[in-house]
Amino acid sequence: MESLINLGVFVFLLALGYLAGHAAERKHYASIIAREKETLNLPAVTIRHVEDEEMVESAWLVSGSVCVGLDYFKMVLANLRKIFGGRVGAYETLVDRARREATLRMKKQAAGADIVLNTRYETSSIGQNAGGKNAVGAVEVLAYGTAVVYKK
Amino acid sequence: MILTNLENVPGKKTVEHFGLVSGSTVRAKHIGKDIAAGLKNIVGGELRGYTELLQEARHESVGRMMKEAERMGANAVVNIRFATSSVTQGASELFIYGTAVRVE
Repeated sequence: MESLINLGVFVFLLALGYLAGHAAERKHYASIIAREKETLNLPAVTIRHVEDEEMVESAWLVSGSVCVGLDYFKMVLANLRKIFGGRVGAYETLVDRARREATLRMKKQAAGADIVLNTRYETSSIGQNAGGKNAVGAVEVLAYGTAVVYKK
Repeated sequence: MILTNLENVPGKKTVEHFGLVSGSTVRAKHIGKDIAAGLKNIVGGELRGYTELLQEARHESVGRMMKEAERMGANAVVNIRFATSSVTQGASELFIYGTAVRVE
């Protein structure tokens, strides 16, 4: 009986994770794509060299960070994948979402600038036992760079 | 105070170098946030509690670094880098470092 309840809870969490996680991810991607289109006029580049320093009006540090967690379904899927090895798609979309969201938040701080130079990313896994056996399955991504305004 | 992660402050001449400045803070979240994050982990998505916590902590490290630079008489910090490490279970260190300079 007890194992039946355990199984029930497991299946319930799995279904909840699948439905809610799938919906959340789709919504997040839609919002990311929409906001990326809005910020197309503000490129973030990894170039650190300023062509003509005379043309620069002001420069300041900008950063954006986000912490995104996996849903239960994907966590189970990822753990299964660890047995066979190979691409862990669940984590791929997770870090992709986190990086793009962090970039967008960084660009938000750079509002009014013409370009973001020397963009860098910092990724760390966080949670109860970060890096340990029972890691929560969440990543934190920080994007930072220097926003530059050119003289008009 | 001007902060950049470029080699210099573009458009301004560096007149003096003061050397390395850094700021760091080690933060742990309170258990409530941890439980909330654990629940959120069932459905997935952004863990807002963690995001805010880390942002706050990073803000504090930047403040500490700026204070150090100010004490040296600098008016800018260039070539800034961020580093994050989890030092122990449930706590992480946010570290920021750069070079203090004086620009025109």
